[in-house]
Amino acid sequence: MMNLLSTRHAARQRSYAWMVLVAYILFLMLPLYWLLMMSFKTNQEILSTFSLWPQEFTLQNYVTILSDSSWYSGYINSMMYVVMNTLISLVVALPAAYAFSRYRFLGDKHLFFWLLTNRMAPPAVFVLPFFQLYSAFGLIDTHIAVALAHCLFNVPLAVWILEGFMSSVPREIDETAYIDGYSFPRFFTKIFTPLIAPGIGVAAFFCFMFSWVELLIARTLTVTDAKPISAIMTRTVSASGLDWGVLAAAGMLTVIPGALVIYFVRNHIAKGFALGRV
Amino acid sequence: MKSWNNKAWFLVLPMLLLVAFSAIIPLMTVVNYSVQDSFGNNEFYWVGLEWFKEVLESERFHNALMRNLLFSAIILLIEIPLGIAIALAMPRRGWGVSVCLVLMALPLLIPWNVVGTIWQVFARVDIGLLGYTLTQLGFDYNYTQDVVDAWITLIVMDVWHWTSLVVLLCYSGLVSIPQAYYQAARIDGASRWAVFRYIQLPKMRRVLVIAVLLRFMDSFMIYTEPFVVTGGGPGNATTFLSIDLVQMAIGQFDLGPAAAMSLIYFLIILLVSWVFYTVMTQQDADSAPGRGQS
Repeated sequence: MMNLLSTRHAARQRSYAWMVLVAYILFLMLPLYWLLMMSFKTNQEILSTFSLWPQEFTLQNYVTILSDSSWYSGYINSMMYVVMNTLISLVVALPAAYAFSRYRFLGDKHLFFWLLTNRMAPPAVFVLPFFQLYSAFGLIDTHIAVALAHCLFNVPLAVWILEGFMSSVPREIDETAYIDGYSFPRFFTKIFTPLIAPGIGVAAFFCFMFSWVELLIARTLTVTDAKPISAIMTRTVSASGLDWGVLAAAGMLTVIPGALVIYFVRNHIAKGFALGRV
Repeated sequence: MKSWNNKAWFLVLPMLLLVAFSAIIPLMTVVNYSVQDSFGNNEFYWVGLEWFKEVLESERFHNALMRNLLFSAIILLIEIPLGIAIALAMPRRGWGVSVCLVLMALPLLIPWNVVGTIWQVFARVDIGLLGYTLTQLGFDYNYTQDVVDAWITLIVMDVWHWTSLVVLLCYSGLVSIPQAYYQAARIDGASRWAVFRYIQLPKMRRVLVIAVLLRFMDSFMIYTEPFVVTGGGPGNATTFLSIDLVQMAIGQFDLGPAAAMSLIYFLIILLVSWVFYTVMTQQDADSAPGRGQS
């Protein structure tokens, strides 16, 4: 009897849980659904009639974007600096995270805290100084400028995540490798890096994410040649008289790279979160 | 025990140089501006703490700061409990996990101004699903004119955008709890609430610290989304610190006050984050110096 009651209780709880989940996911999907539907409508239809799905289905908005190089070059620019940033962040963060996870050295705690404070600096504070700094080096309007600037918040994050993963690898592994005659670089690339591969994946995911979604700095440091897609969108909103359909299509296209990345790392995310300390 | 080795500095050095290039030089520029004034022509002269005084005494700064604090407080009060509740509701295994994770992570990977655009369109009274439906239902809703509506729109948007981050963090804390804990609780006849209070919540504390810190910092630094949706209006009702700062630095080119405000702004974030961090990890202090997942 007791048992039966508690099973029934548990079943009721589970159905509540499903209701909460479904409601939340619906809430998440509704604005995206609306954007998707708008991207398939003509501008006249958007402005004149109100309907939940397109009356006359059109792909014209996507054609407009994909056939105009001033639009699609934005995607290429964004992808370029995001990938550069992810690579740079990982390359410098890996040895640093190793040092933090394995050794104590002069000022290590202060250094770690200072790193984290960089994550707390509002991008708005850095907009103007960044512009002057990169102008002085002649880097304005290059992909590398944006990639370097985004290191400000991505490197600390990558160090933080990787350090968590590295600390969970037993120190004995290092010692055994050294006794077996491995040099540090060989040990690091051949043995250690494969061991923390999931951690590297998670760190890369976060670097990709924060670099991809940032706009303020990316927009400030670029003029035309390296302009990110999100900045091109805002420009079009203010200039060419609000073509809502094209705007929605462009928005939809910026959602896709993120969706792809999540899909590929979906199995590692929960695990990565659990092991690391993000 | 970690071994003491100062040669580890060589491993840290590349990272240090890179971050210093992007952090210290710009910060020095800001400090430099904050104590000088200019009549143009690149002629600067020393004004000491004049700008700091001006900013700290200005009504405009106080108002923006209050708005921002209120916004962050509301965001934390909504997103943290909601995130925990949804993380508890998520399935622990099976195909449902992947589906939930992918769908929930989606808003996190949308560029911030696109998030703004999505909500600007979604909430419009004439062509947006939300705005149109609310109007049809008889609500007097218009986020471009009404202060309360603008705030609600921004808060709902931020909940939409960021609650998933709290969910993902809490979920990772939950899945790391060994099954044995739950079995022990069942044998003891613990209620659902007791399980939450004495097993799940303590185990989530580490990730919750991170969630609260991240959400505080990011909501306090919010710029792009409100800028796109409301542009700081109606009036100044949603002009948060970042928006005000960019307006001052780039719109009016008041470099001195803008730099002083930047530094004050940065210090507030540091201070509040430090307070949160200390308070939330205090009970933790004497147990386990290992900072990884317990």
